[in-house]
Amino acid sequence: MNNSDVTGSRAALALPSGAGMVSMLRKAGIVWPFLILFIVLSVASGPFFSKVNLLDILDQQASTLIIAAAGTMVLVAGCIDLSVGATYALAGVTATELALHTSPFLAVVAGVATGLVVGLVNGVVATTFRINSLIATLAMSFVVSGLASLVTSGNLIIAYAKPGFADLARTVFLSVNTSTWTMIAVVLLFGLVLSRTAAGRYMYAAGSNADAARLAGVRVQQTRLLAFVLSGGAAALGGVIDASRVLSAQASNGETTLTFTVLAGIVVGGTSILGGEGAIWRTVVGVLFIALIGNGSDLLGLNPLYDQIALGVILLLAVGADAWSRLRVT
Amino acid sequence: MPDQLVVPGPPGQPGGAHVELTDISKSFGGVRALEAVNLRIDRGSIHALVGENGAGKSTLGKIIAGVTVPDRGQMLLRGGQVRFHTPREAIARGIVLIAQELSIVPALSVAENVFLGAEPRRGGVVNRRALRKRYADLAASAGFDLRGDLNAGALRTADQQKVEILRALSRDAELIVMDEPTAALSRPDVDLLHEVIRRLAAAGTTVVLVSHFLGEVLELADQVTVLRDGKLVRTAAAAEETETTLLSAMLGRPLGTAFPVRRPVPPHAPVVLSVQGLTASGVTNVSLEVRAGEIVGLAGLIGAGRTELASAVYRAVRAQSGVITLSPPRQQAPVQLHRAGSPRAALMAGLALIPEGRKEHGLLLGRPIGENVSLAALAKFHRGGLVRRRAERRAVDAVLVKAGVRVRSQAAPASTLSGGNQQKLLFARILLCEPKVLIADEPTRGVDVGSKRAIYDLLTELAADGLGVLLISSDVEEILGLAHRVLVMRLGGITAELTGSEMTEAAILSAAFGAARGGT
Repeated sequence: MNNSDVTGSRAALALPSGAGMVSMLRKAGIVWPFLILFIVLSVASGPFFSKVNLLDILDQQASTLIIAAAGTMVLVAGCIDLSVGATYALAGVTATELALHTSPFLAVVAGVATGLVVGLVNGVVATTFRINSLIATLAMSFVVSGLASLVTSGNLIIAYAKPGFADLARTVFLSVNTSTWTMIAVVLLFGLVLSRTAAGRYMYAAGSNADAARLAGVRVQQTRLLAFVLSGGAAALGGVIDASRVLSAQASNGETTLTFTVLAGIVVGGTSILGGEGAIWRTVVGVLFIALIGNGSDLLGLNPLYDQIALGVILLLAVGADAWSRLRVT
Repeated sequence: MPDQLVVPGPPGQPGGAHVELTDISKSFGGVRALEAVNLRIDRGSIHALVGENGAGKSTLGKIIAGVTVPDRGQMLLRGGQVRFHTPREAIARGIVLIAQELSIVPALSVAENVFLGAEPRRGGVVNRRALRKRYADLAASAGFDLRGDLNAGALRTADQQKVEILRALSRDAELIVMDEPTAALSRPDVDLLHEVIRRLAAAGTTVVLVSHFLGEVLELADQVTVLRDGKLVRTAAAAEETETTLLSAMLGRPLGTAFPVRRPVPPHAPVVLSVQGLTASGVTNVSLEVRAGEIVGLAGLIGAGRTELASAVYRAVRAQSGVITLSPPRQQAPVQLHRAGSPRAALMAGLALIPEGRKEHGLLLGRPIGENVSLAALAKFHRGGLVRRRAERRAVDAVLVKAGVRVRSQAAPASTLSGGNQQKLLFARILLCEPKVLIADEPTRGVDVGSKRAIYDLLTELAADGLGVLLISSDVEEILGLAHRVLVMRLGGITAELTGSEMTEAAILSAAFGAARGGT
């Protein structure tokens, strides 16, 4: 036994030094580029480092951050949700339509409920029917988009007549919009779920090795289902918040652009598309990093085309770093 | 059987040095894997490398085959100095490594796998007829009876190994490094592979055999090199070694008894697991009982249905019929597992499984050690939905100590542990669940000698504490050394139950092969 202990401690000593460097790099990941960009922008652009601008960025990113936080859970659990853009639109138009006829409160609740239902269907299709979540949610995104168009009959729904509906996003509390407050609360809650609860642990387990997790008594299907429901609900909340902000919504809102912006934020943050790795704080940094690029180039008057090129390159670097570190570790 | 093999290059003069290594050192991130190793491998010989996990035997094999580049030292190939940086360079000089994890493309045929990347082509298109012909020639000259049009993924591991060997031969290999070739094989397949290795050597191919199985090494090899902690202990003719001398050289100390003392099962120990008439995929009408404190060995050939039986009992797969009853001592009523149950339900009823294949079915390799251990018992550390992390860490520490795993930090990924410690991690997980019955499926496969003994001790202690253990193992010695009673499976059913003096290797093997019924 003495011998095995020697082997054990040697292994424990050996690998962190080789794989440790990589995992450290990966752990730090996006944080350094984010801080550097933040400092560079603060120096290069006067208006950047102002309360108005920074709060504005947070407010604009509120819905993306909420959706990406839930999306992180889906990815960690080893799945992917490509229907968030469509769900965002459906919830937005549903809530706005209802706001025209009923109370704003009911409109908001119904909007979010729509998303929870979409998430539930996604989850059932992807787990019980064992259809690959990439395809399942892609298919769902078409269905949901179609439903959104049915609700609007293809028109822009305007709720200027119902300013009460705007209270959800536009109420100012301690000089910060409620949309931002909601985002902070939801992201913190999701962060807590993923990092501190048993359900969160099971998500990591399901994404890391679903078979091993099941044999260890983890309800893999239910865990993934939960992630999908939260993702659907988050997408809907994002849609409702944005509809409330502008008091209008249309079926083509968000759509694929939003889905991929969300996914880009998650991946740039350092969450693995292969599951079992990642964290919500990373996603927050990733999403804000992308937002800073856009905001910075606006303020500096750069051609917005460069944003897109930069985003694409960063995305490739992020996925490349993930693949590379996996290669080194295993 | 045709005796000549495809042996390209200059005909080997037996006895001449094929490879000579001088002063080879290699470190991985500050840890010495090999230190100043000198080794001479004779042409046409079978040269075995033995040692515990982490002793450096695989690293040495990989250096010879160009997979790993040494930090220091030189290598002579047939007297000329070489320095390989990639496996490709080594292959070009006739050295091929067959790794433990086979590199078969499952969707391709046998012949396509053999000539993968070197297919006969005409204008960019694979010339199927030439491929078939070349394969037939190669297989015939190697004396392999393996059809080229079979789907490689559907083959048994032993046949997949033949594919790898044929691939090596097709690339004019003069020296083949085999890393644990028989680790995943059942007995008749092992014999088959041994025959193949002998034939290769007889035809002049040099074979470097990295193996855990000392019996196999002594049976096959001409020369044996023992490594310990990265240093060469000695190289000697296999004829001069015995298992005992090899083991004490590997461990650096005289060997105690291989198995812990078996503690008798109390005469009135209650039955804790009862399986009646279980039928599932690969399992036909199996009934068995395990009593508290008893280790029941489940022997049989690979494919006899042992793992399938374990999965069906644990409800990891659906059973067609049968009743599984768990009767935990000190608990009022026996619990029946529902037919459509799940591993989770089995676990909650006090049945735990250590699955075969720790990497595939056991561990979350990329996740921290602590999470791996607490995964199955997380409910114990719950308060208001949140995991109480301090209590969790303390409990995990306690079971890690009990399972004999020493770790620097619970936060390190499970992948950083050695194979033996990874396996013990699964025991730690089970300890945390406090089950009444444990099914351990090949718990010592791919584990070094020291860890093996530690796992034997663990199993014995668990049984002494009143756990009922069903031990599945392909290592007959292990079963004989640990079990109170042996069940032998064949073709999905239990064919023999052996107790007391009936428990012999011969009895187990003849039941496993169905010899008692006149079959083979």
